[in-house]
Amino acid sequence: MKFIIQVNEGPYQHQTADSAYQFTRAALARGHEVLRVFFYHDGVNNGTRLTSPPQDDRNIVSRWSALAAEHELDLVICVAAAHRRGILDESEMKRLDKDAYNLAPGFRISGLGQLIEGVVLADRLVVFGD
Amino acid sequence: MKIKKCLYVNRRAPYGTSYALEAIDMVLIGSAFDQDISLLFIDDGLFQLKKGQDTADLEIKNHSPAYRAFEMYDVEKIYVSKEAMAARGLKRGDLLVDVELLSDSRIKELMDEHDVIFSF
Amino acid sequence: MSILHTVNKSPFEKNSLESCLRYAKSGSAVLLIEDGIYAALAGTTFEQRVATAMSELDFYCLAPDVKARGFSSSNVMNGIKLVDYAGFVDLTVEYEKVQAWL
Repeated sequence: MKFIIQVNEGPYQHQTADSAYQFTRAALARGHEVLRVFFYHDGVNNGTRLTSPPQDDRNIVSRWSALAAEHELDLVICVAAAHRRGILDESEMKRLDKDAYNLAPGFRISGLGQLIEGVVLADRLVVFGD
Repeated sequence: MKIKKCLYVNRRAPYGTSYALEAIDMVLIGSAFDQDISLLFIDDGLFQLKKGQDTADLEIKNHSPAYRAFEMYDVEKIYVSKEAMAARGLKRGDLLVDVELLSDSRIKELMDEHDVIFSF
Repeated sequence: MSILHTVNKSPFEKNSLESCLRYAKSGSAVLLIEDGIYAALAGTTFEQRVATAMSELDFYCLAPDVKARGFSSSNVMNGIKLVDYAGFVDLTVEYEKVQAWL
C-alpha cells in the first residue's frame, strides 16, 4: 500500500507528532511505501532544526530527519503555514529577506499541491492532529 | 492527474483556532488540481459559515468572504448538518452561502461515498 | 466502503468520540489512540455508550497508549481489541479509508 501521512500539530505540545512518527515507522517496517509526510498547520514546527529538547527525552525533529535519511522519506513542510510560523529554508530566507533560516535536514518546503498530489497517488491518507 | 472524490470535514468554529482558515487554502488548492470536492460542516464547523462576521476589534483578518468565492472555484457542494444547525439555533438565512442541509444518516452515506476524507 | 475512524481525544475532554459515533456507519471500525483510549476503559460513564456502539462497530484501542497512561488490558472493556502500531497499520490497510476525529 502507498500511504500519505498528514501531521497537523507541532512537536511536544500534542502527541500528534509522536503518533505520526510511530505509525510511519510501523508502516515502513510492514513493507509499505510512505509516499510523503506532509506537515500542515502547526505541524510545520516539526521542521525547525533549532530545538534543544532535554537529553533524557526523545528528539522529535532529529528523529524525523533520521527516518527520512534511512528510508529516503519525503518530508514536506507547507510553505504557507511555514511562512506564518517562521520555518524557512535558505532560499526562502533570501527571497523574504530574512536574516536566518532554520529548516531541519531531511525536510523540504513546498506547496499544498504536494499534499493533494500525494492524496491522488496514495492508497491511504492518514491524518494526525488534535 | 486522477480525480478523487475529496470530502473536507470542518468541525471547528472560526477564529478560536486557525484550522478553518487553513482548511480554506486546502480547498482552493484541491480545486486548482481539479479534484472533486465536497465540504461538510458539522459540530461547531458550521459557525464558519455564519453571516456578518466582523473581526475589526480583534484585529484578526476576517476570512469569511472566502466562502463566497468558492463558487468561482467550482466548489459548490457544501453540506451542513441539519441537526447541528438546530442544536446551535441557526437557520439557513444565518449562513453566508447556499448549503444543502443533511440528516445524520445522509451524512454517513456522504462519508462513505468519498475516496478521501480530510480532517483539520 | 468501510471506514476506519480514529479518535484521539478523551470523551471527557471533547465531543470527538460522540461525533464519530453519530456518523460512523454500521460495519465500520473505531480505533482509539492517544487520549482517546480513556473511552475504552471499563467503569466510566461512557462505558454504556461505547458498549451500545459495539453492536454496530468494531472497536480497537492502541495498546502503547493504554500502557503509557497506567492502564492495562484488564482495564479495557470486553470486546475492544488491543493493537500495537503494526496492528494500527494493518487496520488502515483492511479498511477502505481512514477518517480522523480530532
